[in-house]
Amino acid sequence: MIDTTASIDLSQLEPVLTKYNGRRREALLPLLHEAQAIYGWLPGAVQEAIGKTLRVPLADIHGVVEFYSMFYSEPTARRVIRVCEDPACSLANAQGVMAAIEAKLGIHHGETSADGLVTLEHVPCLGMCELAPVALDGERPFGHLTPNTIDDFLNGTHPEAAAQPYGEPMWTLARVGKVDPGSLDDYQTHGGYQALAKAVAMGPDALIELADKSGILGRGGAMFPLGRKWFFTRGAAGKPSQKHIVVNADESEPGTFKDRCLLEEDPFAVVEATTVAALAVGAENGWIFVRGEYPRAVSRLREAVRQARDAGYLGRNILGQEGFNFDIEVRVGAGAYICGEETALFEAIEGKRGFPRIKPPFPTTHGLFGQPTSINNVETLVAVLSVLTQGLEAWQAIGTAKSPGSKLFCLSGHVAKPGVYEIPFGKTIRELIEMAGGVPGGKAIQAVLMGGAAGAFVKPDELDMPLTYEDARSRNIPLGSGVVMVFDETADLRQTLYELSRFFAHESCGKCFPCQLGSQRQMEIWDRIAHNGGAKATDKQVLLDVGFTMTETSLCGLGQTAASAVLTALQRWPELAE
Amino acid sequence: MSETVTLKIDGREVTVPKGTTILDAAAQIGIEIPVICYHPHLTANGLCRICSVDAGFRTQLAACVTACADGMDIQTRSEDVVRGRRTILEMLNSTITLDEAPEILELVEEYDADTGRFAEGKRRESPVYDDNPFYIRDYNQCINCWRCVQVCADDAQFTYALSFDGRGFETRIGTFQGYGMTDTTCVFCGQCVGACPTGALKPKRQALLEQGIDPDEIFYQTRRGRKKRSEEAGG
Ligand SMILES: Cc1cc2nc3c(=O)[nH]c(=O)nc-3n(C[C@H](O)[C@H](O)[C@H](O)COP(=O)(O)O)c2cc1C
Ligand code: SF4
Ligand code: SF4
Ligand code: FES
Ligand code: FES
Repeated sequence: MIDTTASIDLSQLEPVLTKYNGRRREALLPLLHEAQAIYGWLPGAVQEAIGKTLRVPLADIHGVVEFYSMFYSEPTARRVIRVCEDPACSLANAQGVMAAIEAKLGIHHGETSADGLVTLEHVPCLGMCELAPVALDGERPFGHLTPNTIDDFLNGTHPEAAAQPYGEPMWTLARVGKVDPGSLDDYQTHGGYQALAKAVAMGPDALIELADKSGILGRGGAMFPLGRKWFFTRGAAGKPSQKHIVVNADESEPGTFKDRCLLEEDPFAVVEATTVAALAVGAENGWIFVRGEYPRAVSRLREAVRQARDAGYLGRNILGQEGFNFDIEVRVGAGAYICGEETALFEAIEGKRGFPRIKPPFPTTHGLFGQPTSINNVETLVAVLSVLTQGLEAWQAIGTAKSPGSKLFCLSGHVAKPGVYEIPFGKTIRELIEMAGGVPGGKAIQAVLMGGAAGAFVKPDELDMPLTYEDARSRNIPLGSGVVMVFDETADLRQTLYELSRFFAHESCGKCFPCQLGSQRQMEIWDRIAHNGGAKATDKQVLLDVGFTMTETSLCGLGQTAASAVLTALQRWPELAE
Repeated sequence: MSETVTLKIDGREVTVPKGTTILDAAAQIGIEIPVICYHPHLTANGLCRICSVDAGFRTQLAACVTACADGMDIQTRSEDVVRGRRTILEMLNSTITLDEAPEILELVEEYDADTGRFAEGKRRESPVYDDNPFYIRDYNQCINCWRCVQVCADDAQFTYALSFDGRGFETRIGTFQGYGMTDTTCVFCGQCVGACPTGALKPKRQALLEQGIDPDEIFYQTRRGRKKRSEEAGG
């Protein structure tokens, strides 16, 4: 057992506190991360010292530590093993893997081993669904686990898997798997920084016009036109030093892993694309907010930012352009899906609990620190690079008139070759699944979850829908973050609906009543239906009322979509709740 | 001259200055929209959503935090609105004890909420904290309206003794490291107790009286506590 009474040696923290001296609350999350790296958890005395340094009230530090799953206020081992049990991994026997690890270590979820060396947790989707079932051992990601390979996993000899490009990886994924993610030189050999040079030559107005014409809609799920977001932020009152580009790399929507592929395998592209956005908007401050469960992405991005800065691609007078000043800070989340919601993400950077703000006002005028901000998804920004380098005509030549260009899709579940697929808009869901080798073992498809946990279930007879924004809108089937999760005829959809409901109950921030309460009630009902006595005659109406209320009255997008999978499933298979 | 907007609420036209909330605009023409978390003197955070109304948008709008816009056509009591309110009340009632929240109980009655609907649901339980001479904290009655946290912080007192434990359904009002109030920055101004709309925060005197304790004894207990605290502060 860890000795909880042992006094904490604060001298280890001193160098960190010195480094942050003079900083304010916005430095809270980075400082908590650094402190936790020292102690493995955040003892009260450490929190007090941090509060003093940053001048944050202790109650507020407590609230922040309590909010984020990856901050621990109780003794926790430095080595935390996190096993994903969300739908894609669950389909691949994550529960069996978890049970084998539990048996081997002699501890259960949330417990620390007797020698104090390892803590075990089951966690929501780790964004590696193509490698299901997966787990993080400290900072190392492992996939394709089986109960029989647990020993290799625990002693670190199981192979670490890398993201691969599939489909027609000619635009956004063009460099993935080909370029050395650790080398600026290699990035430049593969065409890197040509886009920025073109952008500088065009100037901001032409750049925004290009974004408009490219038809790129936000790839984070909300489908807002990129060009308009840049235009509004550019036009908002404020000097460049008071404007921000925030890259949303929180990617925590179950079933989504496309941004990880870019962050890990082409990090310089993310840095370059962010710089292009800064030029368009006229912003001097860049932030890339990466979820805490992507340690490999974080280290590669930080290295890329460092090399770019050394080479003069970040800093003052970039590419010799007088007044083109821009730099990027990589920020790391701490286990909260809600921090992918844009305003909750701002709160996290500001050192607060990730509570979404009421909109309006919108980020383009009142974003990070209340200043004009363009917040863009990773894929959204990287897509612009190929429009710049390959030209607008080439981009418009693929896809459809209303959905030009290409899009990344995350294929997972029962498909032969799960992975990130880049395809031009317009292919059907069925064609995409066939590209991924179809369902293994010749089994029939029972259901496909489109768009993510916040998305919609479709039946086999709906798979001829072309993957375009216009078709998605007219059929009310969200493309969301590009999730296509396939369930064959053997899958237990009641179990999946329980897992999706558990996800939202775990991730609701608790700010507004309908979501805070409804996500819990929805999970309880599916828990009973799936595991504990089956459905009652009243369940369906209760689920419909709870779902309606969350969808209609919740404060933010999380609650507004927390019942989407359940409601679309009940439309198609009412018998699931009977 | 300030700008105005004109809209319809339950079919009646009303013109209000730009920036007026739907809640206030409705009140001007005598239409009462129910509220739970809203308090006119505190920052409105749009938490309870009981004030949601239907303007035919993608989702309903929380009237206490949404500004009126020209041409809005708002229904404050449509079938959909009532469905949402009833369900919120049913879920709230199944989570915490509303016995000492008469205004919310009135809404439960008015919206015909089924109080047994989520009988099997988990309740948000909490110990009762009797850790200071001035007030008792019984979070079994707490609706998470944030008023206490807000008055303790930027809305009034700037004392910052209160924050939150957990998140989602498990969100509770909490203190640093779970300390008792006398070990926090609390100055016992009593503003949180005054702002609390339920029986979650209650003056100790009242709690002791309710328990049938003799007033002399109450005087002694609460006095002694105050003295002890000032001695601590002085020492
Ligand atoms: C609960 C929730 C989680 C979200 N998570 C993400 C995310 O992980 N990544 C992302 O890009 N957008 C996410 N979004 C959408 C963002 O709020 C925002 O719309 C997006 O970052 C804007 O970038 P885009 O226009 O390029 O898509 C999320 C939204 C909600 C409501
Ligand atoms: S909808 Fe859910 S996540 Fe969003 S504010 Fe409400 S409780 Fe928080
Ligand atoms: S204790 Fe009272 S004032 Fe504080 S959040 Fe709970 S109900 Fe609201
Ligand atoms: S990584 Fe397990 S479901 Fe996504
Ligand atoms: S009264 Fe409007 S959200 Fe609570």
